[in-house]
Amino acid sequence: MPDATYAVEMRDITKRFPGVLANDHVNFGAQAGEVHALLGENGAGKSTLMNVLCGLYRPEAGAILIDGQPVHFHSPRDAIQSGVGMVHQHFMLVQSQSVAENVFLGVRNASFSLRSQQMAAAVQKIGDQYGLPVDPNAKIWQLSVGEQQRVEIIKILYRGARILVLDEPTAVLTPQESEMLFQTLRAMKNDGKTIIFISHKLEEVISIADNVTVLRAGKVAATTPAKGMTKAQLASLMVGRQVFFQFDKAPAKLGEVRLALAGVEAQDDKFLPALRGVSLEVRSGEIVGIAGVAGNGQRELAETVTGLRKLTAGKITVAGRDVTGSPPLVMIDAGIAYVPEDRHHTGTAPNLSVAENLALKAYRKPPIGHGALIAPDAMQTSAVDLIRAFDISTPGPQTPARKLSGGNLQKVILAREISAEPQVLIAASPTRGLDIGATESVRKLLLAQRDEGAAILLISEDLDEIFAISDRIVVMYEGSIMGEFPTAEAEIGQVGLLMAGGEHGAHASAV
Amino acid sequence: MDLSFFVVLLAAGIRYGTGTLFATIGEIFAERAGVLNVGIEGMMLMGAVTAYGAAYYTGNPWLGLLVALIVGGVMALLHAFVTITLRADQVVSGLALTLLGAGLSAVIGAPLVEVRDAPQLPAFPIPGLAQIPILGPIFFDHNVIVYIGLLAAPIAWWYIYRTRPGMELRAIGEYPAAADVLGIAVIRQRYLYVIFGGMLAGLGGAALSLAITPLWVEGMTAGQGWIALGLVIFASWNPLRAALGAYLFGAIGRLPLDLQNLPLFLANPQLGYFARMLPYLFVILLMIISARGNMRRRIGAPAALGQPYVREERGA
Repeated sequence: MPDATYAVEMRDITKRFPGVLANDHVNFGAQAGEVHALLGENGAGKSTLMNVLCGLYRPEAGAILIDGQPVHFHSPRDAIQSGVGMVHQHFMLVQSQSVAENVFLGVRNASFSLRSQQMAAAVQKIGDQYGLPVDPNAKIWQLSVGEQQRVEIIKILYRGARILVLDEPTAVLTPQESEMLFQTLRAMKNDGKTIIFISHKLEEVISIADNVTVLRAGKVAATTPAKGMTKAQLASLMVGRQVFFQFDKAPAKLGEVRLALAGVEAQDDKFLPALRGVSLEVRSGEIVGIAGVAGNGQRELAETVTGLRKLTAGKITVAGRDVTGSPPLVMIDAGIAYVPEDRHHTGTAPNLSVAENLALKAYRKPPIGHGALIAPDAMQTSAVDLIRAFDISTPGPQTPARKLSGGNLQKVILAREISAEPQVLIAASPTRGLDIGATESVRKLLLAQRDEGAAILLISEDLDEIFAISDRIVVMYEGSIMGEFPTAEAEIGQVGLLMAGGEHGAHASAV
Repeated sequence: MDLSFFVVLLAAGIRYGTGTLFATIGEIFAERAGVLNVGIEGMMLMGAVTAYGAAYYTGNPWLGLLVALIVGGVMALLHAFVTITLRADQVVSGLALTLLGAGLSAVIGAPLVEVRDAPQLPAFPIPGLAQIPILGPIFFDHNVIVYIGLLAAPIAWWYIYRTRPGMELRAIGEYPAAADVLGIAVIRQRYLYVIFGGMLAGLGGAALSLAITPLWVEGMTAGQGWIALGLVIFASWNPLRAALGAYLFGAIGRLPLDLQNLPLFLANPQLGYFARMLPYLFVILLMIISARGNMRRRIGAPAALGQPYVREERGA
């Protein structure tokens, strides 16, 4: 069915990766002046499809049409020349270079010798036109995540893109920054551009998109106007079954203080201050959520509390015991469990078996460890028990951990950490990258731990998650605590404002 | 020690540092593109021996220079193929290149060791400027190859920081994926800069055998290739600072010769050995410092240095 009104059309796209059929005869079309959302769980094939559109991947079969004309993209350059530009989820920016340099990178008709003033002026002009304020001479590493995203958008607009693909653009933004982005998207839409918006946040899709294409397991589940769709309808299209958004959460039964930080300070990898006088308490039976935009000291906080990073000032107490400056082994001994952000490398040893990964903490003590020796039978038995108890889907205890899906890998980590019966559980972005089903079960596990009396510190960039399961919300910005609310009384707007540095910070980043 | 001592020392530093300087600038280009090549020593040795041989057999030292450029480039091409296309470990491949260069140059150069009269590159005091007191002898009374080195550093700096291809070069060493999505041919450019770096290393070797030393002996670079590797870090991948470092090392390397006539050194000849150790000690120190990940980020090492680039793996 040829439709000349499509600005971009993809027909019967099939893309295969070793062992995975990422796109299976996918059809997709979007018109000029349209915001088209591409919705799907992780691994549904959204990013693959868009990487095909941008010339990064070559499909095994299928055709791409721009304004009704067939095109063949062999590289991103071809796509750019046809007017297709993509804002990747992981920004494609060179940290050590300036905004203007990043915008002009790879532009062929630029002069051989760089003219920095002209470059800056060009960046400024596009920024003014679409409401994308950013200092052209700033270095990328000096910018906030929201500002970096603006640079990415300016970059593709400068290249004359008419079709813009944004891969989960709001995943890293505060609610206010997201609102600014949406205004920019509307401005571009009114300018006749086509915007393809990859997301798994349902409210957003309903509010900003004209049409939605839902992908499930590499196939198109539906293409529909966004207007009139409900969250529940979209979610069931995404996962292929009914989804419930509410958790039955019993009121917190607060016990004694398990984790106490007093005036903790620490440095980041570049020896710059990352934590500035952080004081906080987590009690038995509660989940405290740390909200903040990525890179505001959350990682350093987790590493400091677990003994992986040295603190430069302050005091840490675990269950009444002063563990300030202790190495990880002492922290573990004091009752700290840790679910790290990077589950593939920090959380597990990818080439060791599931059983070995499950025993990575328990191996020091009987029944598994006997002095320098390991009892393989005991390890196997305990692994079988944990695999059953935590519903880990694996071919067997001896399967290498790297072969597990993200959700099952996370369950391995949780099983290991929880079975150690910790006093305090530190969970950093525990559901990032997981599909809806796995996210649900991880959150339920955390809630169950809380109900059994563990003190849980949840560090997450996903505000929905913080609001869904934490009892108290603590907002971090540039290594400081900006505010603290009981979740029941917290407002998302207020939290978002504090995530951007409060009144003053929000103002500064909006100018 | 009077003023003339320092004039002589600085002039000698610029002279003796020239070979290292070419190699250092070459390595800066390769590393800026994201490829570490620790085979500089091997490429310099091969450049030195082939340049000397070509000059001797053809009677034309400029032809020797050209041969050294080609030989250095070909050796670097080997490294590029192994590390960029086959994605082998860059350090291992570079070490192999050093061993290959050291061995091969000894074999090729065996008949040349006795040769003392191969044509050299000409010395050329710049008329007028060379007569200026102090500055004249330091900067303007040298072999032509030394002037080329003096010009190469600012040109390389300008290219890296002030031109469009230079900006692309910095990008592919920092974040090749970002350059790739903007249509910059990462693999091709890496090949080109690694080869260019090898050519400059060959040139550095030729500068030694055709002008600075000038003769061929086995292992004549005496670790200058390794010093260049350390200088790249000392220079924070900046050619102008590389020139400063190379000339400083030239002077330090030259110092033992000047010191050995001092009464203190005449009385204690073993001190001379320590003086000759200095440049190498300094390089070892630099390598230790730069081996720390934190420090590397701090001093501005290209973020993707040492990592092969694969497109399909990104985001997976």
